[in-house]
Amino acid sequence: MHSVWKIVCVLLLFYTVIAGFLLPVPALPILNETIRNLYFHVTMWFAMIIHMAISIIYSIKYLSGSQLRNDLKAEQYAITGMMFGVAGLITGMIWAKFTWGAFWVNDVKLNGVAAAMLMYAAYFILRNSADDDTKRARLSAVYLVFAFPLMMAFIYILPRMTDSLHPGNGGNPAFGKYDLDNHMRMVFYPAIIAWTLLGLWITSIRIRIKNLWNETNL
Amino acid sequence: MISQIGLIIAKEWKLEWRNRSAIAGLMVYILSGLYISYLSFKKIADPATWNALFWILILFMAVNALAKSFMTESRGLQLFYYTFLNPQVVIIGKILYNGILLFLLGLITFLFYAVLLGNPVQGVEMFLLAIFTGCFGISSVLTMISAIASRAGHQSSMMAILGFPVLLPLLIIIIHLSKNAIDGIEFSVNIKYLTLLLSLNLIVPALAFILFPYLWRE
Repeated sequence: MHSVWKIVCVLLLFYTVIAGFLLPVPALPILNETIRNLYFHVTMWFAMIIHMAISIIYSIKYLSGSQLRNDLKAEQYAITGMMFGVAGLITGMIWAKFTWGAFWVNDVKLNGVAAAMLMYAAYFILRNSADDDTKRARLSAVYLVFAFPLMMAFIYILPRMTDSLHPGNGGNPAFGKYDLDNHMRMVFYPAIIAWTLLGLWITSIRIRIKNLWNETNL
Repeated sequence: MISQIGLIIAKEWKLEWRNRSAIAGLMVYILSGLYISYLSFKKIADPATWNALFWILILFMAVNALAKSFMTESRGLQLFYYTFLNPQVVIIGKILYNGILLFLLGLITFLFYAVLLGNPVQGVEMFLLAIFTGCFGISSVLTMISAIASRAGHQSSMMAILGFPVLLPLLIIIIHLSKNAIDGIEFSVNIKYLTLLLSLNLIVPALAFILFPYLWRE
């Protein structure tokens, strides 16, 4: 019974891919069929944000209770979040190539993402540089909680203050404002749930592997 | 608590003044950096380049100046702090001291930079305000990062790895603000960047205030 959500996840993923490519979408200038990227790029970012938020919550939990299992979870959710980040970046770059004409443009939103990726890379480097478990856990939790609000300011506040090419910023309406009709909603929301469930599934397996690894090596 | 913060600032200054080599080293660092820029650029006509180079100089100077913020403290001194002071007092005192130090060094940099490479700044008050808020922002981020890096070992490289991604959002706002100051754009246009910068100047020390005690107990 407890694996129902995994079946739901697989079904929703199939639905996302099949319906995402086959259901009708509004015909809009410039965007054309690339609007289907909404089901992949945007939803993957949603999944990424959810995983990174869970990672932050476990970091805070670690700081308040000093239990290493919380640190393990924080790390694994951050890894899954990073994975979605890379996937979202790649889908976004492909979309940008066909819509803006270049894989990468100098834009606040993209810079924010690059900085967030660097920040998480630094987080993993910090984790590897500390020598004992509790120190690693404490330092990395402090770093993550410290850096996260600045990243949020960068990704969510700054793009709204300056011009941006990205939909949803700098006077460009978000996808949702003008083109998220009911057909697209029918795929968009399930897609968010699908990617998030997939991430939770991957993370739960990784946490179990890590726990087994720790038990056998003690 | 205020008086204790004052004591920390006074102690930092006494230590700095007793061993003047550190501050003299920073001055030489700034001047040689400036002179290298002077030799390679002669005069900078484009205000955007002028601005970017100025903040890059400040950034590297700050990373160098603040890397030693926690490294020079011996184990004994840490124990002394631990017994007699709140951790919050230590971090706020250090942030303030480093902020003042960076601001003064920033002013000196600005002076020599303007002499050597030309001064395109039209709104000088605004630019000074940008240096002031910018230096305190950079100080509050880097002081905390320095505390994390000093616990992690590999001090100098960790400082850059951990610090740059977190500084990026701050620097972009500062660069927007000071670019507007150079162009002499009115205060009312700049107010949004200034408020964002000031709010970050409050949020980041507040985070340091909350998180530093976790780094502290070891």
